[in-house]
Amino acid sequence: MKRPDNRIRPSEITPPEVYFDRRQMMALGLASLAAGGIAGRRALAAEAGNASTILAARYKAARNTKLSIASTPNTYEAITTYNNFYEFGTDKSDPSQNAREFRTTPWNVEIGGECEVKGSFTLEDILKPVTFEERVYRLRCVEAWSMVIPWVGFPLADLIKRFKPTSKAKHVEFTTLLDRQQMPGQRYRVLDWPYVEGLRMDEAMHPLTFMVVGVYGRILPNQNGAPLRLVTPWKYGFKNIKSIVRIRFVEKQPLNSWQVAAPNEYGYYANVNPKVDHPRWSQATERRIGGSLFAQRSATEMFNGYAEQVASLYAGMDLTRNF
Amino acid sequence: MNITQRYRWLYKPAVFIIALLPLARLVAGAFGIAGISLGADPVNEILHECGKTALQLLLITLAVRPLVRLGRLHNLLRLRRMLGLFAAFYALLHFVTYAWLDQNLDFQAILADILKRPYITIGMAALLMLVPLAVTSTNGWMRRLGRRWQKLHYLIYPIAILGVWHFWWQVKADIREPLAYAAILAALLGYRVVVKARSVSATARGRSADPAP
Repeated sequence: MKRPDNRIRPSEITPPEVYFDRRQMMALGLASLAAGGIAGRRALAAEAGNASTILAARYKAARNTKLSIASTPNTYEAITTYNNFYEFGTDKSDPSQNAREFRTTPWNVEIGGECEVKGSFTLEDILKPVTFEERVYRLRCVEAWSMVIPWVGFPLADLIKRFKPTSKAKHVEFTTLLDRQQMPGQRYRVLDWPYVEGLRMDEAMHPLTFMVVGVYGRILPNQNGAPLRLVTPWKYGFKNIKSIVRIRFVEKQPLNSWQVAAPNEYGYYANVNPKVDHPRWSQATERRIGGSLFAQRSATEMFNGYAEQVASLYAGMDLTRNF
Repeated sequence: MNITQRYRWLYKPAVFIIALLPLARLVAGAFGIAGISLGADPVNEILHECGKTALQLLLITLAVRPLVRLGRLHNLLRLRRMLGLFAAFYALLHFVTYAWLDQNLDFQAILADILKRPYITIGMAALLMLVPLAVTSTNGWMRRLGRRWQKLHYLIYPIAILGVWHFWWQVKADIREPLAYAAILAALLGYRVVVKARSVSATARGRSADPAP
Protein backbone atom coordinates (compact mmCIF):
# COMPACT_ATOMS: atom_id res chain seq x y z
CA MET A 1 0.00 0.00 0.00
CA LYS A 2 1.25 3.39 -0.88
CA ARG A 3 1.25 5.84 1.96
CA PRO A 4 -0.16 9.31 1.32
CA ASP A 5 2.62 11.66 0.52
CA ASN A 6 2.54 14.24 3.28
CA ARG A 7 5.85 15.80 2.44
CA ILE A 8 5.95 19.57 2.46
CA ARG A 9 6.92 20.74 -0.96
CA PRO A 10 9.38 23.64 -1.19
CA SER A 11 6.65 25.75 -2.76
CA GLU A 12 4.50 25.30 0.33
CA ILE A 13 7.08 26.57 2.75
CA THR A 14 6.36 30.05 3.94
CA PRO A 15 9.22 32.41 3.31
CA PRO A 16 10.58 33.56 6.69
CA GLU A 17 9.58 37.19 6.08
CA VAL A 18 5.95 36.32 5.48
CA TYR A 19 6.04 33.94 8.41
CA PHE A 20 7.34 36.58 10.78
CA ASP A 21 4.76 39.11 9.62
CA ARG A 22 1.99 36.62 10.26
CA ARG A 23 3.29 35.96 13.77
CA GLN A 24 3.44 39.65 14.51
CA MET A 25 -0.13 40.14 13.34
CA MET A 26 -1.24 37.30 15.57
CA ALA A 27 0.51 38.82 18.58
CA LEU A 28 -1.08 42.18 17.82
CA GLY A 29 -4.47 40.58 17.49
CA LEU A 30 -4.09 38.86 20.84
CA ALA A 31 -3.04 42.08 22.53
CA SER A 32 -6.03 44.06 21.20
CA LEU A 33 -8.38 41.26 22.21
CA ALA A 34 -6.96 41.29 25.70
CA ALA A 35 -7.54 45.04 25.84
CA GLY A 36 -11.16 44.47 24.88
CA GLY A 37 -12.22 43.13 28.29
CA ILE A 38 -14.49 40.14 28.98
CA ALA A 39 -15.42 39.46 25.40
CA GLY A 40 -11.84 39.85 24.46
CA ARG A 41 -10.74 37.56 27.24
CA ARG A 42 -13.18 34.89 26.18
CA ALA A 43 -11.88 35.06 22.66
CA LEU A 44 -8.37 35.05 24.01
CA ALA A 45 -9.13 31.90 25.99
CA ALA A 46 -10.36 30.29 22.82
CA GLU A 47 -7.16 31.28 21.13
CA ALA A 48 -5.15 30.09 24.10
CA GLY A 49 -6.96 26.78 23.86
CA ASN A 50 -4.77 26.38 20.87
CA ALA A 51 -1.77 25.89 23.10
CA SER A 52 0.51 25.30 20.18
CA THR A 53 -0.07 28.88 19.01
CA ILE A 54 1.19 30.23 22.32
CA LEU A 55 3.97 27.66 22.42
CA ALA A 56 5.02 28.52 18.89
CA ALA A 57 5.22 32.21 19.77
CA ARG A 58 8.01 31.38 22.20
CA TYR A 59 10.23 30.19 19.36
CA LYS A 60 9.99 33.54 17.63
CA ALA A 61 12.76 34.69 19.92
CA ALA A 62 14.67 37.95 19.74
CA ARG A 63 17.98 37.78 17.93
CA ASN A 64 21.14 37.97 19.96
CA THR A 65 22.88 40.32 17.54
CA LYS A 66 26.13 40.33 19.51
CA LEU A 67 26.62 36.60 18.98
CA SER A 68 25.08 36.44 15.50
CA ILE A 69 26.92 36.82 12.23
CA ALA A 70 25.66 39.21 9.58
CA SER A 71 25.58 36.74 6.67
CA THR A 72 22.28 35.78 5.08
CA PRO A 73 21.12 32.42 6.41
CA ASN A 74 20.50 29.43 4.17
CA THR A 75 16.89 28.79 3.24
CA TYR A 76 14.61 26.89 5.60
CA GLU A 77 14.34 24.25 2.89
CA ALA A 78 18.10 23.71 2.62
CA ILE A 79 18.51 23.59 6.41
CA THR A 80 15.73 21.04 6.81
CA THR A 81 16.39 18.75 3.82
CA TYR A 82 20.19 18.52 3.80
CA ASN A 83 21.01 16.77 7.05
CA ASN A 84 23.58 14.43 8.49
CA PHE A 85 21.57 12.51 11.07
CA TYR A 86 22.64 8.90 10.61
CA GLU A 87 19.96 7.65 13.02
CA PHE A 88 17.54 8.31 10.17
CA GLY A 89 19.79 7.20 7.29
CA THR A 90 23.15 8.10 5.82
CA ASP A 91 21.95 10.08 2.80
CA LYS A 92 21.53 13.82 3.31
CA SER A 93 17.89 13.54 2.24
CA ASP A 94 17.13 10.51 4.46
CA PRO A 95 16.45 12.34 7.76
CA SER A 96 13.76 14.63 6.31
CA GLN A 97 12.09 11.54 4.82
CA ASN A 98 12.48 9.11 7.70
CA ALA A 99 12.03 11.38 10.72
CA ARG A 100 8.52 12.54 9.86
CA GLU A 101 6.80 10.22 12.33
CA PHE A 102 9.42 10.60 15.07
CA ARG A 103 7.69 11.30 18.40
CA THR A 104 9.32 13.96 20.55
CA THR A 105 6.56 14.13 23.18
CA PRO A 106 6.82 13.02 25.88
CA TRP A 107 10.56 13.60 26.10
CA ASN A 108 12.78 13.09 29.10
CA VAL A 109 16.38 14.01 29.71
CA GLU A 110 18.31 12.08 32.30
CA ILE A 111 20.86 14.11 34.23
CA GLY A 112 23.58 12.30 36.12
CA GLY A 113 27.21 11.87 37.06
CA GLU A 114 29.26 14.38 38.99
CA CYS A 115 26.53 16.84 39.92
CA GLU A 116 24.28 17.61 42.87
CA VAL A 117 20.97 17.78 41.04
CA LYS A 118 20.27 14.50 39.29
CA GLY A 119 17.34 12.62 37.88
CA SER A 120 14.99 12.43 34.97
CA PHE A 121 13.59 15.74 33.79
CA THR A 122 10.82 16.31 31.30
CA LEU A 123 11.59 18.58 28.37
CA GLU A 124 9.10 21.05 29.86
CA ASP A 125 11.13 21.09 33.11
CA ILE A 126 14.28 21.75 31.10
CA LEU A 127 12.78 24.53 29.01
CA LYS A 128 10.52 26.31 31.53
CA PRO A 129 13.01 28.66 33.21
CA VAL A 130 15.18 29.48 30.19
CA THR A 131 14.78 32.38 27.79
CA PHE A 132 14.98 31.52 24.12
CA GLU A 133 17.07 33.65 21.82
CA GLU A 134 17.94 33.50 18.13
CA ARG A 135 21.55 33.19 17.03
CA VAL A 136 22.74 33.18 13.44
CA TYR A 137 25.72 30.84 13.44
CA ARG A 138 28.01 29.40 10.81
CA LEU A 139 27.91 25.62 10.55
CA ARG A 140 30.96 23.87 9.10
CA CYS A 141 30.66 20.16 8.39
CA VAL A 142 33.73 17.94 8.52
CA GLU A 143 32.83 17.03 4.91
CA ALA A 144 33.92 20.55 3.85
CA TRP A 145 30.54 22.16 3.24
CA SER A 146 29.00 24.94 5.29
CA MET A 147 25.74 26.74 6.00
CA VAL A 148 24.52 29.75 7.94
CA ILE A 149 21.63 28.91 10.27
CA PRO A 150 19.36 31.02 12.51
CA TRP A 151 19.07 28.70 15.52
CA VAL A 152 16.69 29.26 18.42
CA GLY A 153 17.79 28.09 21.83
CA PHE A 154 19.51 29.02 25.05
CA PRO A 155 23.07 28.88 26.41
CA LEU A 156 24.09 25.43 27.62
CA ALA A 157 25.77 27.14 30.58
CA ASP A 158 22.33 28.26 31.88
CA LEU A 159 21.21 24.64 31.89
CA ILE A 160 24.38 23.23 33.42
CA LYS A 161 24.34 25.64 36.37
CA ARG A 162 20.95 24.30 37.46
CA PHE A 163 22.41 20.83 38.02
CA LYS A 164 25.30 22.09 40.15
CA PRO A 165 28.21 20.07 38.74
CA THR A 166 30.85 19.19 41.34
CA SER A 167 34.57 19.91 41.13
CA LYS A 168 35.04 16.41 39.70
CA ALA A 169 33.01 17.30 36.62
CA LYS A 170 35.67 17.86 33.94
CA HIS A 171 33.61 16.94 30.89
CA VAL A 172 29.98 16.79 29.83
CA GLU A 173 28.82 13.69 28.00
CA PHE A 174 25.69 13.80 25.83
CA THR A 175 23.76 10.80 24.49
CA THR A 176 21.18 10.58 21.71
CA LEU A 177 18.01 8.51 21.98
CA LEU A 178 18.42 4.81 21.17
CA ASP A 179 15.22 3.59 19.52
CA ARG A 180 15.55 1.16 16.64
CA GLN A 181 11.83 1.27 15.98
CA GLN A 182 11.73 5.00 15.41
CA MET A 183 15.26 5.53 14.16
CA PRO A 184 15.70 3.13 11.23
CA GLY A 185 19.35 4.09 10.81
CA GLN A 186 20.14 2.46 14.14
CA ARG A 187 19.21 -0.95 12.73
CA TYR A 188 22.60 -1.01 10.99
CA ARG A 189 25.79 -0.67 12.92
CA VAL A 190 27.14 2.19 10.83
CA LEU A 191 28.17 3.76 14.14
CA ASP A 192 28.26 2.37 17.65
CA TRP A 193 24.74 3.39 18.76
CA PRO A 194 23.62 5.37 20.66
CA TYR A 195 25.47 8.44 19.42
CA VAL A 196 27.66 9.99 22.12
CA GLU A 197 29.40 13.34 22.18
CA GLY A 198 31.30 15.29 24.77
CA LEU A 199 32.64 18.71 25.63
CA ARG A 200 35.28 19.79 28.07
CA MET A 201 33.64 21.66 30.95
CA ASP A 202 35.02 25.05 29.87
CA GLU A 203 33.80 24.43 26.30
CA ALA A 204 30.37 23.47 27.60
CA MET A 205 30.19 26.62 29.75
CA HIS A 206 31.35 28.88 26.90
CA PRO A 207 28.78 31.56 26.01
CA LEU A 208 28.75 30.43 22.34
CA THR A 209 27.73 26.88 23.26
CA PHE A 210 24.05 26.68 22.47
CA MET A 211 21.25 24.26 23.27
CA VAL A 212 18.95 24.40 20.29
CA VAL A 213 15.19 23.87 20.24
CA GLY A 214 14.22 25.74 17.08
CA VAL A 215 15.27 27.17 13.75
CA TYR A 216 13.96 30.14 11.74
CA GLY A 217 11.65 31.09 14.58
CA ARG A 218 9.95 27.70 14.56
CA ILE A 219 10.15 24.59 16.67
CA LEU A 220 13.03 22.39 15.56
CA PRO A 221 12.04 19.89 12.84
CA ASN A 222 12.73 16.24 13.69
CA GLN A 223 15.42 15.88 11.04
CA ASN A 224 17.40 18.69 12.66
CA GLY A 225 17.61 16.93 16.01
CA ALA A 226 14.34 17.67 17.78
CA PRO A 227 13.51 18.30 20.47
CA LEU A 228 16.88 19.25 21.96
CA ARG A 229 20.29 19.42 20.33
CA LEU A 230 23.70 20.95 20.84
CA VAL A 231 25.36 23.58 18.64
CA THR A 232 29.03 24.51 19.03
CA PRO A 233 29.72 26.77 16.06
CA TRP A 234 33.52 26.62 16.18
CA LYS A 235 33.56 22.83 15.92
CA TYR A 236 32.76 20.48 13.05
CA GLY A 237 29.09 19.65 12.73
CA PHE A 238 29.33 16.14 14.11
CA LYS A 239 29.94 17.56 17.60
CA ASN A 240 26.42 18.99 17.51
CA ILE A 241 24.67 15.95 18.97
CA LYS A 242 20.95 15.69 18.25
CA SER A 243 17.83 14.44 20.08
CA ILE A 244 19.58 14.39 23.45
CA VAL A 245 18.18 12.10 26.17
CA ARG A 246 21.09 12.03 28.61
CA ILE A 247 23.56 14.55 29.96
CA ARG A 248 26.24 13.26 32.34
CA PHE A 249 29.00 15.13 34.10
CA VAL A 250 32.14 13.03 34.06
CA GLU A 251 35.74 13.20 35.18
CA LYS A 252 37.29 11.34 32.25
CA GLN A 253 37.15 12.53 28.65
CA PRO A 254 34.24 10.71 27.00
CA LEU A 255 34.67 8.70 23.81
CA ASN A 256 32.57 10.33 21.10
CA SER A 257 30.99 8.11 18.45
CA TRP A 258 32.99 9.28 15.43
CA GLN A 259 36.25 8.92 17.32
CA VAL A 260 35.27 5.34 18.14
CA ALA A 261 34.43 4.71 14.46
CA ALA A 262 37.69 6.14 13.04
CA PRO A 263 40.15 7.43 15.67
CA ASN A 264 42.70 8.57 13.08
CA GLU A 265 40.09 10.69 11.29
CA TYR A 266 37.90 12.19 14.02
CA GLY A 267 39.07 13.48 17.37
CA TYR A 268 37.45 14.68 20.56
CA TYR A 269 37.98 18.39 20.00
CA ALA A 270 36.99 18.56 16.31
CA ASN A 271 37.70 22.27 16.19
CA VAL A 272 37.37 23.72 12.70
CA ASN A 273 40.95 24.15 11.54
CA PRO A 274 41.92 24.86 7.91
CA LYS A 275 45.51 23.82 8.61
CA VAL A 276 44.77 20.33 9.88
CA ASP A 277 43.41 18.19 7.04
CA HIS A 278 41.13 15.25 7.45
CA PRO A 279 43.29 12.28 6.32
CA ARG A 280 41.16 11.82 3.23
CA TRP A 281 40.36 15.41 2.27
CA SER A 282 41.54 18.97 2.69
CA GLN A 283 39.92 21.25 5.25
CA ALA A 284 41.45 24.43 3.82
CA THR A 285 38.33 25.45 1.89
CA GLU A 286 34.62 24.81 2.02
CA ARG A 287 31.62 24.93 -0.28
CA ARG A 288 28.87 27.15 1.02
CA ILE A 289 25.52 25.43 0.48
CA GLY A 290 23.01 27.52 -1.45
CA GLY A 291 25.41 29.11 -3.91
CA SER A 292 25.15 28.77 -7.66
CA LEU A 293 26.52 25.74 -9.45
CA PHE A 294 29.63 27.73 -10.34
CA ALA A 295 30.11 29.42 -6.97
CA GLN A 296 33.68 29.64 -5.71
CA ARG A 297 34.76 27.74 -2.62
CA SER A 298 35.57 29.93 0.31
CA ALA A 299 38.54 29.71 2.62
CA THR A 300 37.78 27.99 5.91
CA GLU A 301 38.51 30.18 8.91
CA MET A 302 40.29 29.08 12.07
CA PHE A 303 37.69 27.97 14.62
CA ASN A 304 35.14 28.62 11.87
CA GLY A 305 35.55 32.36 12.32
CA TYR A 306 35.06 32.26 16.10
CA ALA A 307 38.77 32.38 16.98
CA GLU A 308 38.43 35.65 18.85
CA GLN A 309 35.96 34.11 21.29
CA VAL A 310 37.34 30.57 21.68
CA ALA A 311 41.06 30.47 20.81
CA SER A 312 42.00 31.07 24.46
CA LEU A 313 40.34 27.76 25.42
CA TYR A 314 43.11 25.95 23.58
CA ALA A 315 46.11 28.09 24.46
CA GLY A 316 49.27 25.99 24.51
CA MET A 317 47.58 22.92 23.03
CA ASP A 318 48.95 21.14 19.98
CA LEU A 319 45.91 21.33 17.70
CA THR A 320 47.47 18.99 15.14
CA ARG A 321 47.57 16.23 17.73
CA ASN A 322 44.34 17.24 19.48
CA PHE A 323 42.31 17.43 16.28
CA MET B 1 13.75 -7.04 -39.30
CA ASN B 2 16.68 -9.34 -38.98
CA ILE B 3 18.86 -9.36 -35.88
CA THR B 4 21.38 -6.85 -37.26
CA GLN B 5 18.61 -4.42 -38.13
CA ARG B 6 16.98 -4.87 -34.75
CA TYR B 7 20.21 -4.03 -33.00
CA ARG B 8 20.87 -1.05 -35.22
CA TRP B 9 17.40 0.48 -35.15
CA LEU B 10 15.97 -0.68 -31.82
CA TYR B 11 18.34 -2.00 -29.19
CA LYS B 12 21.29 0.31 -29.71
CA PRO B 13 19.19 3.51 -29.78
CA ALA B 14 17.30 2.27 -26.70
CA VAL B 15 20.53 1.64 -24.77
CA PHE B 16 21.86 4.99 -25.94
CA ILE B 17 18.81 6.83 -24.60
CA ILE B 18 18.73 4.90 -21.33
CA ALA B 19 22.42 5.60 -20.75
CA LEU B 20 21.76 9.31 -21.21
CA LEU B 21 18.94 9.41 -18.64
CA PRO B 22 21.18 10.05 -15.61
CA LEU B 23 22.78 12.98 -17.44
CA ALA B 24 19.36 14.28 -18.48
CA ARG B 25 18.22 14.26 -14.84
CA LEU B 26 21.35 16.16 -13.75
CA VAL B 27 20.98 18.77 -16.48
CA ALA B 28 17.27 19.21 -15.74
CA GLY B 29 18.01 19.45 -12.02
CA ALA B 30 20.83 21.93 -12.48
CA PHE B 31 18.54 24.27 -14.38
CA GLY B 32 15.38 23.52 -12.43
CA ILE B 33 13.61 22.05 -15.46
CA ALA B 34 10.44 19.98 -14.96
CA GLY B 35 10.50 20.46 -11.20
CA ILE B 36 13.57 18.25 -10.86
CA SER B 37 15.84 19.28 -8.00
CA LEU B 38 19.34 18.14 -7.08
CA GLY B 39 18.87 19.10 -3.44
CA ALA B 40 20.74 21.63 -1.36
CA ASP B 41 24.19 20.65 -2.66
CA PRO B 42 23.85 20.15 -6.43
CA VAL B 43 27.61 19.96 -7.02
CA ASN B 44 27.90 16.98 -4.71
CA GLU B 45 24.87 15.34 -6.30
CA ILE B 46 26.32 15.73 -9.81
CA LEU B 47 29.70 14.49 -8.63
CA HIS B 48 28.31 11.36 -6.98
CA GLU B 49 25.74 10.60 -9.66
CA CYS B 50 28.35 10.71 -12.45
CA GLY B 51 30.77 8.58 -10.46
CA LYS B 52 28.22 5.95 -9.57
CA THR B 53 26.79 5.83 -13.09
CA ALA B 54 30.30 5.29 -14.47
CA LEU B 55 30.82 2.39 -12.07
CA GLN B 56 27.43 0.88 -12.86
CA LEU B 57 28.11 1.03 -16.60
CA LEU B 58 31.53 -0.46 -16.06
CA LEU B 59 29.99 -3.40 -14.19
CA ILE B 60 27.31 -3.82 -16.88
CA THR B 61 30.05 -3.82 -19.54
CA LEU B 62 31.85 -6.53 -17.60
CA ALA B 63 28.62 -8.52 -17.31
CA VAL B 64 28.22 -8.81 -21.08
CA ARG B 65 30.72 -11.65 -21.54
CA PRO B 66 29.22 -13.88 -18.80
CA LEU B 67 25.74 -13.22 -20.19
CA VAL B 68 26.91 -14.15 -23.67
CA ARG B 69 28.32 -17.45 -22.41
CA LEU B 70 25.68 -18.41 -19.88
CA GLY B 71 22.65 -17.17 -21.79
CA ARG B 72 23.95 -17.89 -25.28
CA LEU B 73 23.20 -14.24 -26.11
CA HIS B 74 26.07 -13.76 -28.48
CA ASN B 75 24.54 -10.65 -30.03
CA LEU B 76 24.83 -8.75 -26.76
CA LEU B 77 28.46 -8.18 -27.72
CA ARG B 78 27.18 -5.63 -30.21
CA LEU B 79 26.20 -3.38 -27.30
CA ARG B 80 29.41 -3.71 -25.33
CA ARG B 81 31.41 -0.95 -26.98
CA MET B 82 28.66 1.59 -26.42
CA LEU B 83 28.33 0.60 -22.78
CA GLY B 84 32.06 0.90 -22.22
CA LEU B 85 32.17 4.28 -23.93
CA PHE B 86 29.34 5.56 -21.76
CA ALA B 87 31.22 4.35 -18.66
CA ALA B 88 34.25 6.38 -19.82
CA PHE B 89 31.98 9.35 -20.60
CA TYR B 90 30.49 9.44 -17.09
CA ALA B 91 33.91 8.90 -15.49
CA LEU B 92 35.17 11.91 -17.41
CA LEU B 93 32.12 13.96 -16.37
CA HIS B 94 32.81 12.89 -12.78
CA PHE B 95 36.35 14.25 -13.05
CA VAL B 96 35.26 17.46 -14.79
CA THR B 97 32.66 18.05 -12.07
CA TYR B 98 35.32 17.57 -9.42
CA ALA B 99 37.92 19.78 -11.11
CA TRP B 100 35.57 22.50 -12.30
CA LEU B 101 32.46 22.73 -10.09
CA ASP B 102 33.96 21.39 -6.88
CA GLN B 103 37.53 22.70 -7.03
CA ASN B 104 36.95 25.77 -9.24
CA LEU B 105 39.83 24.66 -11.54
CA ASP B 106 42.32 25.38 -8.78
CA PHE B 107 45.01 23.17 -10.28
CA GLN B 108 47.28 23.46 -7.30
CA ALA B 109 44.55 22.13 -5.00
CA ILE B 110 43.65 19.41 -7.51
CA LEU B 111 47.25 18.27 -7.86
CA ALA B 112 47.67 18.28 -4.07
CA ASP B 113 44.52 16.17 -3.78
CA ILE B 114 45.73 13.67 -6.39
CA LEU B 115 49.09 13.31 -4.68
CA LYS B 116 47.97 13.39 -1.06
CA ARG B 117 44.58 11.68 -1.01
CA PRO B 118 44.92 7.98 -1.84
CA TYR B 119 41.29 7.57 -2.88
CA ILE B 120 41.70 10.39 -5.38
CA THR B 121 45.05 8.98 -6.55
CA ILE B 122 43.53 5.64 -7.46
CA GLY B 123 40.46 7.24 -9.00
CA MET B 124 42.71 9.34 -11.19
CA ALA B 125 44.75 6.27 -12.15
CA ALA B 126 41.57 4.46 -13.20
CA LEU B 127 40.47 7.43 -15.28
CA LEU B 128 43.87 7.71 -17.01
CA MET B 129 43.71 4.03 -17.95
CA LEU B 130 40.16 4.44 -19.22
CA VAL B 131 41.13 7.11 -21.74
CA PRO B 132 43.24 4.90 -24.07
CA LEU B 133 40.53 2.27 -23.99
CA ALA B 134 37.93 4.80 -25.13
CA VAL B 135 40.25 6.17 -27.82
CA THR B 136 41.09 2.73 -29.23
CA SER B 137 37.51 1.53 -29.26
CA THR B 138 37.01 2.24 -32.96
CA ASN B 139 37.13 -0.43 -35.69
CA GLY B 140 40.16 1.31 -37.17
CA TRP B 141 42.15 1.03 -33.95
CA MET B 142 41.07 -2.57 -33.45
CA ARG B 143 42.45 -3.38 -36.90
CA ARG B 144 45.64 -1.41 -36.39
CA LEU B 145 46.44 -2.91 -32.99
CA GLY B 146 45.49 -6.46 -33.94
CA ARG B 147 46.25 -8.87 -31.10
CA ARG B 148 47.66 -6.08 -28.95
CA TRP B 149 44.17 -4.52 -28.86
CA GLN B 150 42.86 -7.34 -26.65
CA LYS B 151 45.87 -7.07 -24.37
CA LEU B 152 45.37 -3.34 -23.98
CA HIS B 153 41.71 -3.78 -23.20
CA TYR B 154 42.42 -6.19 -20.35
CA LEU B 155 43.05 -2.88 -18.53
CA ILE B 156 39.31 -2.88 -17.90
CA TYR B 157 39.95 -5.23 -14.93
CA PRO B 158 42.33 -3.01 -12.94
CA ILE B 159 40.16 -0.01 -13.88
CA ALA B 160 37.06 -1.63 -12.40
CA ILE B 161 38.93 -2.69 -9.25
CA LEU B 162 40.40 0.79 -8.72
CA GLY B 163 37.05 2.40 -9.45
CA VAL B 164 35.18 0.39 -6.81
CA TRP B 165 38.06 0.86 -4.37
CA HIS B 166 37.93 4.62 -4.99
CA PHE B 167 34.21 4.60 -4.11
CA TRP B 168 34.74 2.44 -1.01
CA TRP B 169 37.59 4.56 0.29
CA GLN B 170 35.73 7.86 0.28
CA VAL B 171 32.62 6.85 2.23
CA LYS B 172 32.63 7.92 5.85
CA ALA B 173 31.04 4.98 7.62
CA ASP B 174 28.21 3.38 5.68
CA ILE B 175 29.97 0.91 3.37
CA ARG B 176 26.85 -0.96 2.30
CA GLU B 177 26.64 0.67 -1.12
CA PRO B 178 30.30 0.25 -2.16
CA LEU B 179 30.11 -3.26 -0.71
CA ALA B 180 27.35 -4.10 -3.19
CA TYR B 181 29.49 -2.84 -6.08
CA ALA B 182 32.46 -4.82 -4.80
CA ALA B 183 30.39 -8.00 -4.50
CA ILE B 184 29.13 -7.71 -8.07
CA LEU B 185 32.64 -7.00 -9.34
CA ALA B 186 34.00 -9.97 -7.39
CA ALA B 187 31.37 -12.23 -8.98
CA LEU B 188 32.17 -10.94 -12.48
CA LEU B 189 35.92 -11.38 -12.00
CA GLY B 190 35.51 -14.69 -10.19
CA TYR B 191 33.50 -16.03 -13.09
CA ARG B 192 36.40 -15.28 -15.43
CA VAL B 193 38.92 -16.92 -13.12
CA VAL B 194 36.81 -20.08 -13.04
CA VAL B 195 36.39 -20.15 -16.82
CA LYS B 196 40.10 -19.59 -17.32
CA ALA B 197 41.07 -22.30 -14.84
CA ARG B 198 38.74 -24.78 -16.55
CA SER B 199 40.10 -23.98 -19.97
CA VAL B 200 43.68 -24.37 -18.73
CA SER B 201 42.95 -27.79 -17.20
CA ALA B 202 41.03 -28.79 -20.31
CA THR B 203 44.03 -27.88 -22.47
CA ALA B 204 46.31 -29.80 -20.14
CA ARG B 205 44.14 -32.86 -20.65
CA GLY B 206 44.51 -32.37 -24.38
CA ARG B 207 40.92 -31.40 -25.12
CA SER B 208 40.09 -28.34 -27.15
CA ALA B 209 40.09 -25.25 -25.00
CA ASP B 210 37.14 -22.97 -24.40
CA PRO B 211 37.46 -19.61 -26.06
CA ALA B 212 39.09 -17.03 -23.86
CA PRO B 213 36.75 -15.21 -21.48
